[in-house]
Amino acid sequence: MTESTPVLRHPMSKYIREDRQPFIYCSGCSIGIVTGMLARAIDNLGIDINKTVIVSGIGCTGRTSGYFKTGTYHTTHGRAIAFAEGVKIANPELEVIVVSGDGDISAIGGNHLIHACRRNIDMTVICINNMNYGMTGGQFGPTTEHERYSQTSPRPYGNLEHPFNLVKLAASSGATFVARWTAVQARRATKSIEKAIEKEGFSFVEIIGACPTAYGRMNRLGDGVTMHKHLLEVAEIQNGLPPHEAELDYATKIICGEFVNIEKPEYTAVLAEMQRKAKGE
Amino acid sequence: MPERVMFTMGDIACAEGALSAGCRYLGGYPITPATEIAEWMSIRMPQVGGAYVQYEDEIAAITSVIGASWTGVKSMTATSGPGVSLMLEAIGLAVMTETPLVIVNIMRGGPSTGQPTRGQQGDIMQAKWGSHGDYQIIALTPASVQEMFDQTVQAFNLSEKYRTPVFVLADETVGHMRERLVIPDEKDLKLEYRKTPTVDPKDYLPFKADDDLVPPMALFGSKYQFYATGLTHDERGYPSDKENVQIELVTRLQNKILHNADKIIDVERIELDDAKIGVIAYGTPSRSAKKAIKDARNEGIKAGLLRLKTVWPFPEKQVAQLASEVDHIIVAEQNLGQVYHMVKAVAAPTPVHLMAKPAGMPQLPHEILTKLRDVNSM
Ligand SMILES: Cc1ncc(C[n+]2csc(CCOP(=O)(O)OP(=O)(O)O)c2C)c(N)n1
Ligand SMILES: [Mg+2]
Repeated sequence: MTESTPVLRHPMSKYIREDRQPFIYCSGCSIGIVTGMLARAIDNLGIDINKTVIVSGIGCTGRTSGYFKTGTYHTTHGRAIAFAEGVKIANPELEVIVVSGDGDISAIGGNHLIHACRRNIDMTVICINNMNYGMTGGQFGPTTEHERYSQTSPRPYGNLEHPFNLVKLAASSGATFVARWTAVQARRATKSIEKAIEKEGFSFVEIIGACPTAYGRMNRLGDGVTMHKHLLEVAEIQNGLPPHEAELDYATKIICGEFVNIEKPEYTAVLAEMQRKAKGE
Repeated sequence: MPERVMFTMGDIACAEGALSAGCRYLGGYPITPATEIAEWMSIRMPQVGGAYVQYEDEIAAITSVIGASWTGVKSMTATSGPGVSLMLEAIGLAVMTETPLVIVNIMRGGPSTGQPTRGQQGDIMQAKWGSHGDYQIIALTPASVQEMFDQTVQAFNLSEKYRTPVFVLADETVGHMRERLVIPDEKDLKLEYRKTPTVDPKDYLPFKADDDLVPPMALFGSKYQFYATGLTHDERGYPSDKENVQIELVTRLQNKILHNADKIIDVERIELDDAKIGVIAYGTPSRSAKKAIKDARNEGIKAGLLRLKTVWPFPEKQVAQLASEVDHIIVAEQNLGQVYHMVKAVAAPTPVHLMAKPAGMPQLPHEILTKLRDVNSM
C-alpha cells in the first residue's frame, strides 16, 4: 500500500475497535453480521454510545462485546445477563445490551435468562443461536435439534435430547419484547434490535446464525454461503404470531418476526418509585 | 447522620457498616445465618436510594454485584459457605477485572449443608484458595458486633483502595450475637473511593497500573471506553495468550496485595510482652481466649493473645514475631485446623499446638485454660 492509497472506512467502524481487527470469527460465521446489526441499530437510534454498556458471556458470540468502543465487559460463561442486571439497577440511565451465544444464554445461563425475563429489567438480550457450542469446537447444547450430530453427539448416534425454542422460553418467562430473525435478514433484524433497545422492559432477540466450521461440517450443511442461503430459504416471516406457534425447524421452516411487545411495570422504574416513597418524598 | 447507639446483632451491624461505608447495592440470595443482612437491607436500601436485589442464586447475585460496581456504586453480597461455593468462579472474575466489592460470609458448619444454624470457621482456606488460579484475597475476621460494623467499613475501604474483592469472614456466633453498637457520626468515618482516570480518553489504558500497582478504574457511562475481561489481558485490556502478559498480570495482581500487606493487616496483641505462651485466635474463639489468658495469668501462667483481625493476606510478620517471643503457640479455631497450618509454617521451630473444634460451640474459656496449663507444664 502506498501512502496515497485512499482507505475506505466502514461506516460502522466508529463504534468498533479497529485495533482489534480482524475478528476472531471463522469465515462464513454469522457473528460478524450480527455485530454489524447492533452497530447500525445504535447508529440509527442515535443513542449516546458512552452511555451504552455491552456485555457478553463466554463463547464465539461472547467475544462480541470486546469489539465495541464503549464500556464493555466479558463475564464468565453464562453470566452476562446477571452482570447486566447489576449494571442496570445500579445505574438505570445506562442502555444495557447483552450479546451472547445460545449455550451461554440458555444452558449454563438459562436460569438467569428466565429470571431476568420475569423481573422485567430494562435491557436488550441478543442471542446468536448457532445451534451448538461453537467456541469449544461444536458440541451439542440446549438448542441442538434432536438427532443432529455434534462433537459429543457423534455419528451414528446423533443428539439424544430435544432443543429449547428460545422464543417460547423468553415469552413464557415474561419478556416484554421477543423477536426472532435469521442472520441474513439484516435489515429487519436491525429494526427489531432498535425496537428492543427502545423498549422499556426486558427484550429478547434471537438471531439464528450459521456455524459452518463446526455444526455445518458435522451435519453436512455446506459452507457459510450455503448455510446463509438456506436460512433465507426457510425463514418465514409471521409478525405478531403468538409466540407458542413460533416454530423452528432448521431443515424446513424458521418462523421469524416480532412475537411479543407488551407493557409491564419495569423493575428499575418500580424501584425508583419505592426509593421515593421510602425517603418520604 | 449524627452518632447513633443500637443494641443489635452482628449481621445488622454489618449491614449498617456497609451503608455507612456508602454501599448502595446488595445482590443476594437468602441463607442462614446471613439472612438478617438481606432482610435488614431490603428495608434500609430504598431509604438511602440504594437497591437490595434478590437473585435466583448466588452466582447471579455476585455477578450482578460486579456489574453494579463497574457503574461506580459500592456493592456487596452477603451469604454463607454454600453460597460462597457457588460464587467462586465469579470471585476469580472480580479479581481478574480488579473489581472492588465486599463478600460477607457468615460462616456456618460444613461441608455441604452442614449445620446451618451453628457457627464454624471452616471457610478460611476457601476464602483464600476457592477460585482457580493464583491470586491474593483480603479477608477480615471480626469478633464483636462493633467490629462487624467497623470491619465492614474497612472491607469497603480496602476493596476500593486495592480494587479487589474483600471478604468479611465472620462466624455465626459473631453474626447472631447481640451487643451494643455505636454507629459513628458520618463525618467521623474515613471512607476510601477507587481512583478514576484523569487522562485524555484516547490515552487511557484501562489496566495500566500506577506505582501502587493499582490501575485507575473507568466506569460505565463515563467518557472512557474500555473492555474488561476475565481473559488474561494486557494494559489495554485486550486478551492475550502471551506468556509474558500472563506472568506480568498475575504477578501484579498478587503484589498489589502482598506489597501492601503491612497497611492491610490488623492484629491485636494482648498481654504478650512477657508471655511464654501465645494463643492465636480470631472471631468468637478469640473472645474465649481473652478470658482464658486472664485466668491463666491469675495462676501465674504467662499467657498472651495474638488476635487476628485479618487472616488474608496472612499476618506472617506478626506471627513470626510472636514465635520469636514465646516458647509455645496455641492456635484455637473453630475448624479442624486451617490458620494452624499457616502459623506452623511461619512459626517453626517454635512448637504450635492446635485446639481444633469443628462445631458450633466455640472453645470455652476453661477449655483453653486447661490447654494453657497443659502446655505450661511441658
Ligand atoms: C464454566 C465454564 N464451563 C465451560 C466453559 C467452556 N466453554 C467456553 S465457550 C462454551 C460454549 C459456548 O457456546 P455458545 O454460548 O453457544 O457460543 P458460541 O461459541 O456458539 O457462539 C463452553 C462450553 C467455560 N468457559 N466456562
Ligand atoms: Mg452457540
